[in-house]
Amino acid sequence: MTDFPGAPDPSAPRDGRPLRVLAAMSGGVDSAVAAARAAEAGHEVTGVHLALSANPQSFRTGARGCCTIEDSRDARRAADVIGIPFYVWDLAERFREDVVEDFVAEYAAGRTPNPCLRCNEKIKFAALLDKALALGFDAVCTGHYATVVTRDDGTRELHRASDLAKDQSYVLGVLDDRQLAHAMFPLGDTLTTKDEIRAEAERCGLAVAKKPDSHDICFIADGDTQGFLAKRLGTAEGDIVDEDGTKLGTHEGAYGFTIGQRKGLRLGVPAADGKPRYVLDISPVNNTVTVGPAGALDIASLSAIKPRWCGTPPTGPGRYTAQLRAHGSETPVAAELVGDVLEVRFDAPVRGVAPGQAIVLYDGTRVVGSATIAHTERAAAGGHGVRRPGGLSVGRPAA
Amino acid sequence: MAYLDHAATTPMLPEAVLAMTDQLAVTGNASSLHAAGRRARRTVEESRESLAAALGARPSEVVFTAGGTEADNLAVKGLYWARRAADPARTRLLASPVEHHAVLDAVDWLATHEGARVEWLPVDGYGRVSPDALREAIARDPSDVALATVMWANNEIGTIMPVAELAEVADEFDVPLHADVVQAFGQVEVDFAASGLAAMTVTGHKIGGPYGIGALLLGRSYAPVPLLHGGGQERHVRSGTLDVPAIASFAVAGELAAARREEFAHEIGGLRDALVAAVTEAVPDAVLGGDPDPAGRLPANAHFSFPGCEGDSLLLLLDAQGIECSTGSACTAGVAQPSHVVLATGSPPELARGTLRFSLGHTSTKADVEAVAAAIGPAVARARTAGLS
Repeated sequence: MTDFPGAPDPSAPRDGRPLRVLAAMSGGVDSAVAAARAAEAGHEVTGVHLALSANPQSFRTGARGCCTIEDSRDARRAADVIGIPFYVWDLAERFREDVVEDFVAEYAAGRTPNPCLRCNEKIKFAALLDKALALGFDAVCTGHYATVVTRDDGTRELHRASDLAKDQSYVLGVLDDRQLAHAMFPLGDTLTTKDEIRAEAERCGLAVAKKPDSHDICFIADGDTQGFLAKRLGTAEGDIVDEDGTKLGTHEGAYGFTIGQRKGLRLGVPAADGKPRYVLDISPVNNTVTVGPAGALDIASLSAIKPRWCGTPPTGPGRYTAQLRAHGSETPVAAELVGDVLEVRFDAPVRGVAPGQAIVLYDGTRVVGSATIAHTERAAAGGHGVRRPGGLSVGRPAA
Repeated sequence: MAYLDHAATTPMLPEAVLAMTDQLAVTGNASSLHAAGRRARRTVEESRESLAAALGARPSEVVFTAGGTEADNLAVKGLYWARRAADPARTRLLASPVEHHAVLDAVDWLATHEGARVEWLPVDGYGRVSPDALREAIARDPSDVALATVMWANNEIGTIMPVAELAEVADEFDVPLHADVVQAFGQVEVDFAASGLAAMTVTGHKIGGPYGIGALLLGRSYAPVPLLHGGGQERHVRSGTLDVPAIASFAVAGELAAARREEFAHEIGGLRDALVAAVTEAVPDAVLGGDPDPAGRLPANAHFSFPGCEGDSLLLLLDAQGIECSTGSACTAGVAQPSHVVLATGSPPELARGTLRFSLGHTSTKADVEAVAAAIGPAVARARTAGLS
């Protein structure tokens, strides 16, 4: 295992010293309780709600996100109750450029992005953090469930939350050590259920105690991702084919599919073996979606680009566990950084991995780093992998 | 604490508080015919007389409303509807682009929903509309103009408009001119009769009176179509039970605002000049918004653009030091937008994002100015490192 000595940061939050903390408050219960805990711990806390939508929709009911006027109002009320100053900052332009456009471009290229990771990397712990530091704050506090451990030398490590069921370290895997040095996650040590967080909010007098959790992509108000993409990318009819290239049906835009997807294929012809078929590959260049049996989704290895490390990059091959999606389980891997590309081989094949997704590497509970999946290789019968260039190549995978 | 946001709202005068609390204990609907009603009516009418006197108007020209926004809407929409009803050709609406949202959005609404053809009058670098510009706009076709609306003084940059001259031009063509006088009342001399305006808006809480009460001063020959239908209490133009305590308090504040105006302008104007000097010294490249000539701007207004700064950042940093001011423009969902006023004066958008308005009032002191003098330099330096996000 490689060691990752991070650069000590004198302004890194430490126990005991009151810090000037900027609490990002979405209007939800987690970030409100996080801000309350930071204030309770004696830090000098200022609340800020990020306006991320250029045209905040008024009071949409049912929809859950962080871009409504109602959310902004909920955040303000929580700040009032905690007794901290509160402001709304307009980061809509940055959010549109760095998160929304990236999201659309990734789908257009046949990949499956995770906008929450991008938002943490580019907005909360970049645009917001930079502004906070410039204005004299020491740290940005959010309601994420993850733990930051400060080593004796002052460097910091990101770990899974104490409560693994609520752990959100995956979406924070993009943070480098500089970002981590100024991050505060007061909920990370919480060994409590969500109900207990809500009870704590209730005890603090926070009206958001009963507010439903957000699950949607915040900038897609009605939760209709396909509709959102169709509006942005238009419709373009293309073929759905099997692995031999036989046309099975048509679709209205390759971006509407995700690798591993089973539902909504609307294939007229049943598979020869009668078993369900899944999306195996998306080729935006010839607008073709390839489907096949579940077994063809098994991946033996992958390469990932744009790696980000919580500390210095690892040298040489190493053994880790990997997590491939926000609520996914972890799986043992061997990984090595070759140039700028992270090469990962799974001990046992994993299913349904889409280019564009992030792979986060762990050493025990510690987050080592993350990278964006660029290519996957199939665990084909006979043992030799089949290269599957997600979205980057015109060819469909050879059988 | 240095409260420098009096243009948003100013503390109530003790006399106004007393007038209000006295009336709160008294029962009586001013429309009732019995003794309690008559007593309430008397209070209302005495208040109307005081306010009319303070504003150079006749008592019958005072139409009480629930504040400045309602009065602006009543004038703009009501006069538009009435003028168009009298002659369907009259759908052209002339407005300055630096109006408060209460006028701006009412104008926009008429354009969207009522077929109004809006013409934004050109303004100079101080946000001022010239009489010639108004003449040119009306003269193009005097027969199709519904009304014109130009504020007496701007709420953000403090520029005073040549209202009497504008009214003269409008009058020449028989076009009613409305002015939002919310910021000017108590700071410059306001005489409704002498102004030649058809209508003007005033409000209580900017002059030391209570919130939620305002008035439209309305020439007797004008009958705007009502926004609210009901009992017809105010000249059949505005319905709703009269808020006797608020009206009594508003009248007291109005009387005092007019009586103390010259002294206020002198004293507060002096403090404002000191504040402008202090800010300019601490931040040499700060750009004073509006007319630099004290005769052309509200005595209590100081407005700056700070190059390379986000107004939001400055606000946070000053707030943390106990200095309360404003970026200048109202906002939705708390999101500060580049000010439409500053943009209308021809400022580049980057500069329009780094604005601060310091507005003084009857409780302002030298210590407030000193607090700004001490804090503004470091705040601007720090906000510049945060840059424009």
